[in-house]
Amino acid sequence: MKSNWWKILCIGLLFFTFSAGFLVKVPFLGNLHESIRNFFFHVPMWFGQIVLLSLSLGYSIAYLRTQNIKHDIYAAEFAKTGIVYGILGLGTGAIWANYTWGEPWSNDPKQIAAAIAVLIYLAYLVLRGSMNDIDKRAGVSAVYNIFAYFIYIPLIMILPRLVQSLHPGGMEGAKGGGNPALGGDSLDATMRLIFWPAVLGWVLLGIWISSLKIRLSLLANKNLINE
Amino acid sequence: MSKKNHLKRLILSVIFSFFNVLLYAQTSADSTENGVNGVMRSHDKIYVVMVVCITILTVLFLYLIRIDLKVSKKEKIS
Repeated sequence: MKSNWWKILCIGLLFFTFSAGFLVKVPFLGNLHESIRNFFFHVPMWFGQIVLLSLSLGYSIAYLRTQNIKHDIYAAEFAKTGIVYGILGLGTGAIWANYTWGEPWSNDPKQIAAAIAVLIYLAYLVLRGSMNDIDKRAGVSAVYNIFAYFIYIPLIMILPRLVQSLHPGGMEGAKGGGNPALGGDSLDATMRLIFWPAVLGWVLLGIWISSLKIRLSLLANKNLINE
Repeated sequence: MSKKNHLKRLILSVIFSFFNVLLYAQTSADSTENGVNGVMRSHDKIYVVMVVCITILTVLFLYLIRIDLKVSKKEKIS
């Protein structure tokens, strides 16, 4: 068994999230009520996606530097798990929005940007699937992945903050103004105590699932990899 | 210090560092104790949801560990 301590840590952190996340007293803010607990489940999806797609970017750059097909496999599998996290983030966000903002999809800038980001990464998979030549596929998709990442970051981090948004961090005075901004100061100490372990736990879970898919893919493509 | 010891210390410290949460749980459970089922029926049965979520999480982890072990076995053979 290779070093597994982080998998145990992941299990511990997520059990902590799922128990303490329901047990702690939460602050009563705006129209959020108990649904503020979604902070331990919905938000870490996006943290997880950022980490997974950053790892994917790293391996794409590594592929272009080394031309080692192994790095291409790493990049693809991290991106796939990142997409799964993104879809989960959109889905859980829509459920949450239905009960706090009144409708599952309110064309909030962050919702739209996140959806576009997921589509951009789905196009990465389409691009990969469209080529049979393994080296060509690895090269072209690595370049695409780098471009995709640098569109993805402004889309979810910068653009929603420049306009009025229902999400925290947007410009003041948007519709649904009763929604408190949860970023920064308004997350109280008790919630922070669970929020950051939750983020780490979900990130580790994403890496764990990706690592399994990578190992399977490496086994399947053993004849292609020259060590 | 051996590697195994190191791991044991790490896991123990992670587990113990979460024990302070019981303090919060205690205050919320005390105030809503009612009858036979106590905690489970308090807070509009939110704890039922918690137990369901933990059950799902447990099974998912067991499944994930099983897949992990299977992949490890295959890696050893090839």
